[in-house]
Amino acid sequence: MSTDPAYTLYHPRWYRRRVSVWWWLRKRSYAWFVLRELTSVFVAFFAVILLSQVRAVGAGPEAYGGFLARLGTPLLLAVDAVAFLLVLVHAITWFNLTPKAMVVRLGGKRMPDWAILGSNYAAWVVLSAVVAFVLLRA
Amino acid sequence: MPSTIALSVTRYRPEQESEPTIQTYDIPYRDDWVVLDALNHVKDRLDGSLSYRWSCRMGVCGSCGMKVNGSPKLTCATFLSDCLPGPVRVEPLDYFPIVRDLVVDLSDFVRKLGRVKPWLIPDGEPPGEGEYLQTPDQLDAYKQYSMCINCMLCYSACPIYGLEPHFIGPAAIALAQRYNMDSRDKGAAERLEILSGPDGIWQCTFVGECTKVCPKHVDPAGAIQQYKLTAATHWVKSLILPRGTR
Repeated sequence: MSTDPAYTLYHPRWYRRRVSVWWWLRKRSYAWFVLRELTSVFVAFFAVILLSQVRAVGAGPEAYGGFLARLGTPLLLAVDAVAFLLVLVHAITWFNLTPKAMVVRLGGKRMPDWAILGSNYAAWVVLSAVVAFVLLRA
Repeated sequence: MPSTIALSVTRYRPEQESEPTIQTYDIPYRDDWVVLDALNHVKDRLDGSLSYRWSCRMGVCGSCGMKVNGSPKLTCATFLSDCLPGPVRVEPLDYFPIVRDLVVDLSDFVRKLGRVKPWLIPDGEPPGEGEYLQTPDQLDAYKQYSMCINCMLCYSACPIYGLEPHFIGPAAIALAQRYNMDSRDKGAAERLEILSGPDGIWQCTFVGECTKVCPKHVDPAGAIQQYKLTAATHWVKSLILPRGTR
């Protein structure tokens, strides 16, 4: 390596920039990404509610009644509504990303994005209909 | 149509200043000029001390990547007419150290690219006579990734690379996939260790911006997500299958 000072004089004086903690406000797509990541907190919230529900069912009818009463309070209803909306955002944004992650080849040809997306949404609708049928049968 | 347009350019002259400043030049507006033409006008006519990289002027060499009005772009493919009324803000690519003005140091990428072994690793002897044969479908499997011109726009768009400088990054992973998907290559197992390691694909949280800014439609975000599936499948197989059958 050359030790010629004329060549190396300014070499170490790079300017390194720090990433601001507010980097995600710089662009709408970054903010949307951070929101998508934060929605996982609400997915976890729903999972915790579901697990508590299973536990309450296991503890007998009285405990389950108490659990349902707590779920019906205005505060939890409001939190539930917000959580539901954000879980929807979570599901839709991830569904929309599936064609990027899944490459399905049929007969040597890559399936188009809309077909992968469509099959995901179709599966979602069918499963939701089955759940709705089971829940609303009574 | 305006007769002039303002070009606000980041300047960093390490012998004069300790941090970058902005210098604005008024240049003639021509609707057939790209931002690189404007920079060349400044360099030739107004201020010969301005430093930036460029070469081919036709979106092939990948040298002239800079941020134009906040977004990573090839300046040879960004028309002034799309930046009206101005000023046109030209900055060096994010997350790489600035050497001078609009020139950044890309050694970090070059080191990382070498780590993923971006070359064909054949298995056994080469074909005796003639060349390796490949069907159009086999070519299709990797062709998209081979279009990468190393312009570094994807690194500049990737906040993860900014926050986790050890991350191998979008282009290097897409280029690893270019060889993994090649029917002539048998080096996928060698690349797995680095790609699936702590600096590899699992750092990516799928912001997706790398794909949006890519001027050659390489889709590095897709390459990374697809490789996540490959690596996860490999991991599950390594857990449940006996060694010889993997």
